[in-house]
Amino acid sequence: MMDKTRQVGEESKAGARGSTPGGSGDGPLIVSSSPHLLTADNIPKIMHSVVAALLPACAVSIYFFGIRALLLIAVSVAACIATERAIQRFLGKPSTIADGSAIITGILLALTLPPSFPLLGAVLGSVFAIAIGKHIFGGLGYNIFNPALLGRAFLQAAYPVLITTWVEPFTRGFDVDAIAAATPLALMKFEGQMTPHLDLLFGNISGSLGETSAVAIIIGGLYLRYKGYINWKLPLGYLGSMAFFGGIFWLMNPSRYPDPLFHVLAGGAMLGAWFMVTDMVTSPTTPKGQWIFAIAAGAIAVIIRLFGGLPEGVMYSILLLNSVVPLINRWTRPKVFGEVSS
Amino acid sequence: MKLKTFERGVHPSYNKELTADKAVVRAGLPGRVIIPLSQHIGAPCEPVVKKGDEVSEGQKIGEATSFVSAPVHSSISGKVKDIVMHPHPSGARALAVVIEGDGETRDWESDGGGFDLDALGPEEIRGLIRDAGIVGLGGATFPTSVKLSPPKGSRIDSVILNGCECEPFLTADHRIMVEESEKVVLGLKAIMKTVGAGSGYIGIEDNKPDAIEAIKAAVSSLAPDIRIVLLETKYPQGAEKMLIDAVLGRKVPVGKLPLDVGVVVNNIGTAAAIYEAIRYRKPVIERVVTVSGNGVKEPKNLLVRIGTTFDEVISQCGGLVDGMEKEVLSGGPMMGVAQKTLEVPVVKGTSGITVLAGSEIKPATHKPCIRCASCVDACPMGLMPYKIADMGRLGMTDDFKSWSGLACIECGCCSFVCPAKRPLVQWIRVGKVRLREAERSSSK
Repeated sequence: MMDKTRQVGEESKAGARGSTPGGSGDGPLIVSSSPHLLTADNIPKIMHSVVAALLPACAVSIYFFGIRALLLIAVSVAACIATERAIQRFLGKPSTIADGSAIITGILLALTLPPSFPLLGAVLGSVFAIAIGKHIFGGLGYNIFNPALLGRAFLQAAYPVLITTWVEPFTRGFDVDAIAAATPLALMKFEGQMTPHLDLLFGNISGSLGETSAVAIIIGGLYLRYKGYINWKLPLGYLGSMAFFGGIFWLMNPSRYPDPLFHVLAGGAMLGAWFMVTDMVTSPTTPKGQWIFAIAAGAIAVIIRLFGGLPEGVMYSILLLNSVVPLINRWTRPKVFGEVSS
Repeated sequence: MKLKTFERGVHPSYNKELTADKAVVRAGLPGRVIIPLSQHIGAPCEPVVKKGDEVSEGQKIGEATSFVSAPVHSSISGKVKDIVMHPHPSGARALAVVIEGDGETRDWESDGGGFDLDALGPEEIRGLIRDAGIVGLGGATFPTSVKLSPPKGSRIDSVILNGCECEPFLTADHRIMVEESEKVVLGLKAIMKTVGAGSGYIGIEDNKPDAIEAIKAAVSSLAPDIRIVLLETKYPQGAEKMLIDAVLGRKVPVGKLPLDVGVVVNNIGTAAAIYEAIRYRKPVIERVVTVSGNGVKEPKNLLVRIGTTFDEVISQCGGLVDGMEKEVLSGGPMMGVAQKTLEVPVVKGTSGITVLAGSEIKPATHKPCIRCASCVDACPMGLMPYKIADMGRLGMTDDFKSWSGLACIECGCCSFVCPAKRPLVQWIRVGKVRLREAERSSSK
């Protein structure tokens, strides 16, 4: 539905053309409703900034995992764009590829995959993310779940083994079967073994492409914060909540549970906090709601990590909270200026 | 001094530098004026002249026939040519008196009396204000004599003069503060006396240091008890409720008026007009108009006779730029009304004529909402604009009401920040109209 928000006014009778001073080449005046001044920000600008913010994480993953990482990212992005284009052509809708959101979905999905993941699987995940995660709801802005996470959840169900098969960094080539390794979270959970914080920070660990270097993700996240495109409450609330709830268990039994810093540096915590919890479309719009959303998701991630069947809980924690965002918005309406509490 | 302000709001580019340092100059005497009989909120005036009558400058030509109204006066000396329906800068058409000038002018300041507030009672001041046809000159155009007549039982303790001028481009109030600071301060004293308020405040945004200096000097010599409040430069700092919150920390309840929290707010230009009404018995026949924007060749602050057409005002500013698409606004770009003809006249509420051109004009299309929450973070009224805008657009009148759509002050912050360029304010306006229609039909 196109609303007519601007229309060209009827030509002035007394002559915007003839008698308007200085008036050579004067056409009819533009008439639109106020405000007439708009911010320079727009959706493509925001989305392209997010893509730029993801580049450090991509670069680090390519550094550690080589051509496999590059191929996974490239294939996922291409598949996301192709799916979006195909769906929009099929539905006869205008193309929205230029807005950059499909590129983000592709990169984010790739960053949640293990380096050894088959490329065909990445394509399937991309198709699912864009088709089911986004366009079945009506496209950008209408989706309930973060499309990349939904794609990843689909792959988790479709390829339960492959998606938890990890390789050590600097494993080159395609023959990865023989050198499987465990992620820091799996080591913690199933072996009771801790990975040094510095390795977590800089990425010399096995894991998904985007789980390796916390630093690369923080750089991208801070860039987005600087541009004003992410709300600081969301990453802060999520990571703070993970550290807090993780810390409670650590204090109760330091030998069994990991410390708060491990929680925020390991696994998908950083990627989730800076690029998925902050997804504008699928996070709450009210200040109070943003706190609730981030803190609740952080708590759930810790519970899954420590007591669930899976070593990592970031994905499900965010997807779960995505599903209640409309309710959170409704319950946390801001106080209207001058509203008398009844 | 620490800057005061309100919660949320936006920082548009202000573009004040185009005219902020330009002294007000008197526009050329128009040969013809078109004076609408409705230049205020309330009942239109009844014409008290007829075609062919000779009128003098300042003569009453429209009489207010109800309480909420304000008379209108001829802004030039000449002959009534016609009384016709004419385009009005509000966007509608209104009955207007067309006067052909004879070139005579009157020097109001030469035959002025004194300015002795002690000799006047509140009722007399109110009468002078009403006779002069003074309305809120910031653009709201509510009849000032009515605003200064608080109902029995309500007590006004504070008067705030609004020197924010938070609309981008506009510098009319700024120049009045710099050039006529004494009129402003004495006008405020008159208002305080009229409503019996003990405290007077002048709120000024910190982007007008010269105005702050001038007002400070006038206050210290004329009325040292008046307090100057420095405000953060932020839009919409000059919105009545935001200003009262910033200056006094009082929040006007939803659906209530400033007088419900003991406050009256008046515009800078209104205070100066009140001074002139008391001292010179001069009605509102001219006003300062900022003519600005990149679509005007020579932006200026002009003292313009009411009824002068936009066409003539713009021609005194070098005319419009050539070639580009143009949008001519009555007022500033945040709340101004786009004009489809330049034949509309300057009225009492015309604080500026802003001409946007070329790429300054906003795009005509919009994208889906991505729930970025920018509008929620910007709304000074604490609303959720993206939601109530959709409710308005889709005719969900019950939801629109329960999500406080009626509290929207249409300041435009939400549409301004929207990265999807959604016309949120417009949809909220639609929602208000639909809600009123629904309530009217259900009460039948």
